Amino acid sequence: MNTAKRQKQRKVLLMGKSGAGKSSMRSIVFSNYVAKDVRRLGATIDVEHSNIKFMGNLMLNLWDCGGQDGFVENYLTHQRNHVFGSVAVLIFVFDIESREFQADVISYSNIIRALSECSPGAKVFVLIHKMDLVQARLRAQLFEERAEYIRSASEGFRDTVDFFPTSIWDQSLYKAWTQIIYFLIPNAGTIEALLQQLAEVIDARELILYERTTCLMVTHVTRGTEGENPFTDRFERISSILKTHKQSMAKHTGIPAGSANFAEMQIKTGRFMFFITRLTENTNLAASIPPSEQVFNAARVNILLVRPKFAELDVASKPRPGIQQAFTHSAESEGRERERGDTHPSIIFQHLVPEWVALHMGYI
Amino acid sequence: MDSSHRPLSATSQHSIASERHFDQADASQAGSSRLKPGAQLTLMRYLQDLPDADVPPSPVPPRYHTGRLPNSKADDGKPRLLLMGQRRSGKSSISSVVFHKLPPSETLYIETTTRIKKESMHSFMDFQVWDLPGHLDYFDPAFDVDNIFEEIGALIWVIDAQDEYLDAIMRLNMTILNLQQSYPNINVEVFVHKVDGLSEDYKSDTFRDIIQRVQDELSDNGYENAPVSFYQTSIYDHSIFEAFSKVIQKLIPQLPTLEALLNSLCSTCQIEKAYLFDIMSKIYIATDTSPTDIGSYEICSDYIDVVIDVSEIYGWDRPVENGNSEIAETGNNDAESLITMERKGNNYLYLREINKYLALICLMGDDSPAEKKAVIDYNVGVFQAALKQVFPRAEREGPPTVTEE
Repeated sequence: MNTAKRQKQRKVLLMGKSGAGKSSMRSIVFSNYVAKDVRRLGATIDVEHSNIKFMGNLMLNLWDCGGQDGFVENYLTHQRNHVFGSVAVLIFVFDIESREFQADVISYSNIIRALSECSPGAKVFVLIHKMDLVQARLRAQLFEERAEYIRSASEGFRDTVDFFPTSIWDQSLYKAWTQIIYFLIPNAGTIEALLQQLAEVIDARELILYERTTCLMVTHVTRGTEGENPFTDRFERISSILKTHKQSMAKHTGIPAGSANFAEMQIKTGRFMFFITRLTENTNLAASIPPSEQVFNAARVNILLVRPKFAELDVASKPRPGIQQAFTHSAESEGRERERGDTHPSIIFQHLVPEWVALHMGYI
Repeated sequence: MDSSHRPLSATSQHSIASERHFDQADASQAGSSRLKPGAQLTLMRYLQDLPDADVPPSPVPPRYHTGRLPNSKADDGKPRLLLMGQRRSGKSSISSVVFHKLPPSETLYIETTTRIKKESMHSFMDFQVWDLPGHLDYFDPAFDVDNIFEEIGALIWVIDAQDEYLDAIMRLNMTILNLQQSYPNINVEVFVHKVDGLSEDYKSDTFRDIIQRVQDELSDNGYENAPVSFYQTSIYDHSIFEAFSKVIQKLIPQLPTLEALLNSLCSTCQIEKAYLFDIMSKIYIATDTSPTDIGSYEICSDYIDVVIDVSEIYGWDRPVENGNSEIAETGNNDAESLITMERKGNNYLYLREINKYLALICLMGDDSPAEKKAVIDYNVGVFQAALKQVFPRAEREGPPTVTEE
């Protein structure tokens, strides 16, 4: 499992019936579209490929497959090996409003069969899309029914397939994609461990790691009472807040949305302090900390110091020489001597703790 | 109303957020801890009051309004904004979008207003908005004209720019001429509405034509230099908020002082543009006198959404931690925020909560706020103190535990 995840490029198939909302979804998540902009999208012809760089070593190779019957036929026959070979994740989108649900499921089974033939180790996510069109009180039930039915048609993937209700008009889209991304990240465990340590050091209530361009959450660490935060969907909410802000900045300043990134955002109130800052080339770190200026400043300094450590994680799965280079590079740029071998994350924190204490004292 | 039909725009985000929150709060805490008396009034506290905005949260009469009315007899009356115009010109849509944060796309489903709808806004300045149905003739002796027009601060006349507007202009002029005799001080504000659907050229032609016709007809009737202002508005962008801002500003007698204060703040700290916002309605009550462009207003207004949304998420009532949370929480009462952009030459944004209702938002240019933050903080503090002198009654309420005189 782990070795399979080490692959740099991960092939993700996005499939589903024509008009189900595959390309709309992709444009919103990856191309800075606003939900209402997707009206401009036309039908996808054949397959549209896009490469999305995530956390340095994860490269998503997204295949947005046009869903018209003719194309699907072609995928299943002539291009069977080409399309379904070495797939890491299949995302299948069902339109909840579809009138031919049975036919959709048959098409789904065909695709599942081809997938289990060519890449049996793949993971399947099923998104039941356009949930906003269903009355709120019927949603959960309808979703369960459909999910059960689709599961029974999932053959070899019956036990591993995951279902999400989604809509481009609320945060559910981000929720589903966050899970998908989390599955794809090769070293999620290491990142989490490192974040956990960082959180302890800076006394953060919560740390959330976001990917920069998509604003999707990579992972998060929650400590203490913050676990009782009544907003259980806060990660997706922040994703969409950040995204909206980015679009607003882009719109009114005339910068392309791709580069309208902020370097840092701080919000301080009497109940919490919150800031988002760059962590690595592709990630932003959001931190919620107790309302105290000295903790705030210490946290910022510590995050600045820990950056190289996370940058190393990014390149950790590169071939050996790359690691050596990266280490030399980061050690130089950091300007402090560190042994080559100290790959264990805790060591840098041991360096950090005294500084943090000193800073803390300085402010008192 | 089904919240997930709403677009992911900044404002609707906000409304989704607050609705959800209330569902959860009601379910999990049964509303008890939400009203905890020890809670302090910061952005999120304020936000939680939002749905109760029509009704002041306490039985104590509100003490925050500062506006004086040109026509008001009693000084405790709230300024009244009258929304008038032909039927289907967009009056109810305007009031829902501006004061109830209804997503513009949902205004399609608003039903025709058949009776006078009165809404009071409890905010920095308390005012009432009266939505008057378009099909009635208010100068019919059956109506109590005095009761309607007596205390008004401004008369907002909405004209549908996409429709035949000659009738509307005729009625507008009739209204102005009728009012002129008894209430000569009323500000008449004409909103040339629904301009979003018009092409750029056609828009300005229509706008000019309407101004021309109104002024000509008024002067034909012997009323020169009528106090009538014109705005191009649409609920699909921020123009309606900007127009409302200007209407409200006319009702604030301290406006010149505020502007002077903001001007000096701007020149001292090299701020490009500073706005004093009413947080809830996102109307700005003052800005410095440098030229305004709608873009900077929109940035600031969207920025407030970001701050409010994040504040809502992390500003929940935490259980008391080891008994010391009380002390920790008194540290920094006013919300404060800063955004620095990645690329050089881009704007920096700075937000500071001034009192329960107002926030100062500054757009800053190339100079790095990292080095100047202390200077800005200090000067904003001075500004805050000055504002307290200008609005002695708008002062922030102390924690409820402190007894008041």
